[in-house]
Amino acid sequence: MIHAVDPAQQALLAHAIAAQLSDDDSDRGQRATLSRREFLRSSSAAGLVLGFACLPACGALATSPVDRPGPPVHAPFTPNAFVRVAPDNIVTIVCKHLEMGQGNTTGLATLAADELDADWLLVRTEYAPSAPKIYNNVFYGEMQITGGSTSIANSFMQMRSAGATARAMLVAAAADAWHVPAAEIKTENSVLTHASGKRATYGEMAAAAGRLPVPKDVALKQPQHFTLIGKQNATPRVDSLSKCNGSAIYTIDVKLPGLLTAVIAFPPSFGAKVISFDSAEAMRVPGVTDVVQVPEGVAVVGTGTWAALKGRRALKVSWDESTSASLNSDAVLTQYRAQAQRPGTPFAKPADNMPAPATVAQTIEALYEFPFLAHAAMEPMNCVAWLRDGLLETWSGHQFTSLDHTLAARAANLPMDKVRLHTLVSGGSFGRRANFVSDYTVAAVNIAVAIKGRAPVRLQFMREDDTGAGMYRPMYVHAVKAGLDASGNLAGWQHTIVGQSIFAGTVLGSYTIKDGVDAMSVEGVSPSQYAIPQMRGDLHSPALPVPPLWWRSVGNSHSAFVMETMMDELAAAAGKDPVAFRLALFAKSEKGERAAGVLKLVAEKAGWGAPRHMGVAQGIAVHECFGTFVAQLAEVSMPGGKVKVHRVVCGVDCGVPVNPDVIRAQMEGGIGFALSALYYGEIEIKAGRAVQRNFDRYKALRINEMPKVEVHIVASNHAPTGVGEPGVPPLAPAVANALARLGIPRARRLPLVRAGLVAG
Amino acid sequence: MTVAHAWLAVIILTGAAASLARADDLRSPESFSAIGDQADRSRSLFVEAGRVLQHPRCLNCHPAGGRPSQGEDQHPHTPLVVRGLDDKGATALPCVTCHQAENFAPSGVPGRPLWQMAPREMAWQGKSLAQICEQIKDRRRNGAKTLTQIHEHLAHDTLVGWAWAPGGNREPAPGTQAQLGALIAAWIETGAACPIR
Amino acid sequence: MSITLNVNGTRREFHGDPDTPLLWVIREELGLTGTKYGCGIAQCGACTVHVDSVPLRSCSAPVAAMTGRAIITIEGLASRVAKAVQRAWVDLDVVQCGYCQSGQIMSAVALLEKKLKVSDEDIDHALAGNICRCATYQRIRAAIHLASERLASKEGA
Repeated sequence: MIHAVDPAQQALLAHAIAAQLSDDDSDRGQRATLSRREFLRSSSAAGLVLGFACLPACGALATSPVDRPGPPVHAPFTPNAFVRVAPDNIVTIVCKHLEMGQGNTTGLATLAADELDADWLLVRTEYAPSAPKIYNNVFYGEMQITGGSTSIANSFMQMRSAGATARAMLVAAAADAWHVPAAEIKTENSVLTHASGKRATYGEMAAAAGRLPVPKDVALKQPQHFTLIGKQNATPRVDSLSKCNGSAIYTIDVKLPGLLTAVIAFPPSFGAKVISFDSAEAMRVPGVTDVVQVPEGVAVVGTGTWAALKGRRALKVSWDESTSASLNSDAVLTQYRAQAQRPGTPFAKPADNMPAPATVAQTIEALYEFPFLAHAAMEPMNCVAWLRDGLLETWSGHQFTSLDHTLAARAANLPMDKVRLHTLVSGGSFGRRANFVSDYTVAAVNIAVAIKGRAPVRLQFMREDDTGAGMYRPMYVHAVKAGLDASGNLAGWQHTIVGQSIFAGTVLGSYTIKDGVDAMSVEGVSPSQYAIPQMRGDLHSPALPVPPLWWRSVGNSHSAFVMETMMDELAAAAGKDPVAFRLALFAKSEKGERAAGVLKLVAEKAGWGAPRHMGVAQGIAVHECFGTFVAQLAEVSMPGGKVKVHRVVCGVDCGVPVNPDVIRAQMEGGIGFALSALYYGEIEIKAGRAVQRNFDRYKALRINEMPKVEVHIVASNHAPTGVGEPGVPPLAPAVANALARLGIPRARRLPLVRAGLVAG
Repeated sequence: MTVAHAWLAVIILTGAAASLARADDLRSPESFSAIGDQADRSRSLFVEAGRVLQHPRCLNCHPAGGRPSQGEDQHPHTPLVVRGLDDKGATALPCVTCHQAENFAPSGVPGRPLWQMAPREMAWQGKSLAQICEQIKDRRRNGAKTLTQIHEHLAHDTLVGWAWAPGGNREPAPGTQAQLGALIAAWIETGAACPIR
Repeated sequence: MSITLNVNGTRREFHGDPDTPLLWVIREELGLTGTKYGCGIAQCGACTVHVDSVPLRSCSAPVAAMTGRAIITIEGLASRVAKAVQRAWVDLDVVQCGYCQSGQIMSAVALLEKKLKVSDEDIDHALAGNICRCATYQRIRAAIHLASERLASKEGA
């Protein structure tokens, strides 16, 4: 995802956002140009908590290893925005990121709790309010946002510092109380002890600690002293129980007095506009309270979801589809194929100091075609908005908190400080819940405004609304021509990519678009983990009326397939082992050591070269995604002519591992998610609308199709990088490479179901 | 009138009758009376009944393997469901998990009481009409039914009857259950002859 | 018109549209939000409840058909098998986003209540109707086996 911005650019970024929002859609106006910066550590977040008290109506925001419902306890000891300790010895960690399943709540709590020496069973978590000065993603300037697999990476030092600071103050308080040197006090499992026999729980010492000044720059633990970080079985997920007994509250579950539910009659084709609507019959449906037009469509509001749905069925809307009903994804593909044959905007060319090109003895050319993909998270998009007395509150799985806040305030015509966002756990996201128009948030607020804040209202997308709404991983075409010299070494690479830019025309457009190239469109190709001689790349970024969006692993979701299958084809043409071929390229590249490390680990653990069963082929792939290196080996056979993936062995180098079991789970999940897309994922667009609108046709991988997954985590001292997305990119090429070894002609247009290779 | 004239008259009359009927109706047994040879007539009656038996509404739950098919194009049922030990589904995923006593428009899921698959012996997918005919008559494969019971099943069984009221956008089987019953009765009366292949 | 329901052992009256899918009655009339909406067309299994000990996709049944039947939701699971399943789920940290897990657990409990020793194929066939977009399937399978082993070992000699 997007890279870090240094403090000097933060004001420019804020200005850019403001400037974008004040511009007409058609006038992009002046944009601040922001260049990328390296990752920065945050200053420790000392100071008052600008948290908002949890309203009793909020529902269970706190999650815990042991369920503890009830109102939040006033905590006298709140040394920073991330940690507080209550007299009852409960430690509450405030998490600034969205939990969409990736386990970052557990991770953020682990970081603080380890430095704090807290008893894991006495740790609770809650989600931060919108306050980007305090809760920003440290990599992205003053923006509160979850994405790019950066939650743990950007918080690593910050959360540890928060915990260490709290511990230091508890120790100082105990030293005062016991008249002993601080250095002699031990802390373990939320208890302070001294050799003299003195003992106190953190809860007992909290009030005294709360009266002390907050120190700066408290020393952090050396890794050999970690008790939770990196330890297997030390930190069970904090949200497991509530998600197993039905008590976890998602946006769809929020209860508020007088809550209404709204569904929207959305445009039937991308870009269609309302001409008129007749609400008479809809209003006669018992339970329907309002039918209101909003910019997103026509909303039907009722006392419950069923009433609203019946009302929407009875609603008559006349749509202007004069400019929207012609979009056809097959036609787009034809156009993209043609564009791929023409030069575009350059994104890579050989450096001036590169050695002279070797003579190309063999060339491989290939064209790859990737479909639109929907995210299809299990909880369709939704948001609750309550507008009253000049105050707006929202409840949702807010992923792009800062933008949601800004756009919600604008939609309600309120100042920012009159808008409060409550972030709940969400039923998945895969990137969908963060976008440049805060679609579900703004729509909910628009409805609240339209009913004049008469009651809180939940806007709920039904599955068909969600799948048909756009915000897709765009369609892409890659045209590659790669050359080998007479010794079978890679000698050149020509690469053209065609596909929508995710960032173009958005509030963050200038962030990743440089010299006409959206970095998200080419990531995984350029920069590459390989040292590719004579690499030339160019990009076409056509615009379509279908809104594009990042989809788990973003550009890597298609680039890894291209790179890692082409590498295998080149190795085969060179008569070389695919692993050895890659290792030779890694020997010369900057990232090569870690990529090679994870590749060799997987090759060893999986027994590369000696498949375990007849008729089962191995395929391998390795890809760096957002700083994390993942290699996967897939064992594949074709019983009855249909693909079966038996096992995937996965190696991951994500720097210092924080929660090994969460890392494993994210690799398992990323593999299943990727396999689902490889087999089935496709949104076709005909007559301007999505053909696949529910799980009957936008099919998802099911349990009987899930391979066994074994994960090996590289022991590393590098700064931690994320795992939410990096498990996705290598899977498809690994499976494709195995299929090639089985003699199946390479399918270069995904999904595989198109080639008749999937049982279904 | 010559024989040729008589045949011509029959053909014209039959054609006229056919154009009066709706295109998706089944032919009545009477409309086969022109076929003089009883065995031929019997076979022709069964071929007409075969328009129902080999319609997707019926074939989808008469597969050879363990998994029903679905839809006009008879793709494998999504999600994966299997016949289980009693043709009523797997343990903990019986057919009635989703299929209720009636078609349910809000979910689009078809329904009828006692929703289940036909037993394996009654697999019809991939079979010719001749093979299906032999199977229907074979008491070892038809649940030990007599021909009278076969007629009763086809003419009156409620789950069979679903084929004509499938709900949603599903194309019903041709005609009506009563029309099928009449054809089967006539087929039995004429000796229950099976098509040659 | 009033429909009497038996939900988690408690008698409840419903006065609305008899054609309302049971799912919305459970979630919004009765306030039991553990059962989820995922697709509305019986493809995803997130809405699974037990009716007379048989799994039901509550999005696909009208509330009117539920008179006189015993409905159990995730909140009402209390059997020995259910507790073992939920414990195994927690012990193995099966969940990720968790949204599908009520349905997964309801299906798993229904399976083990009918058949305590299960094969991988039994699990495939019983859970194929429950989609998990986070793909926690490997752990779902492991948790069912774990619960099964634990239940069997308590039962055994």
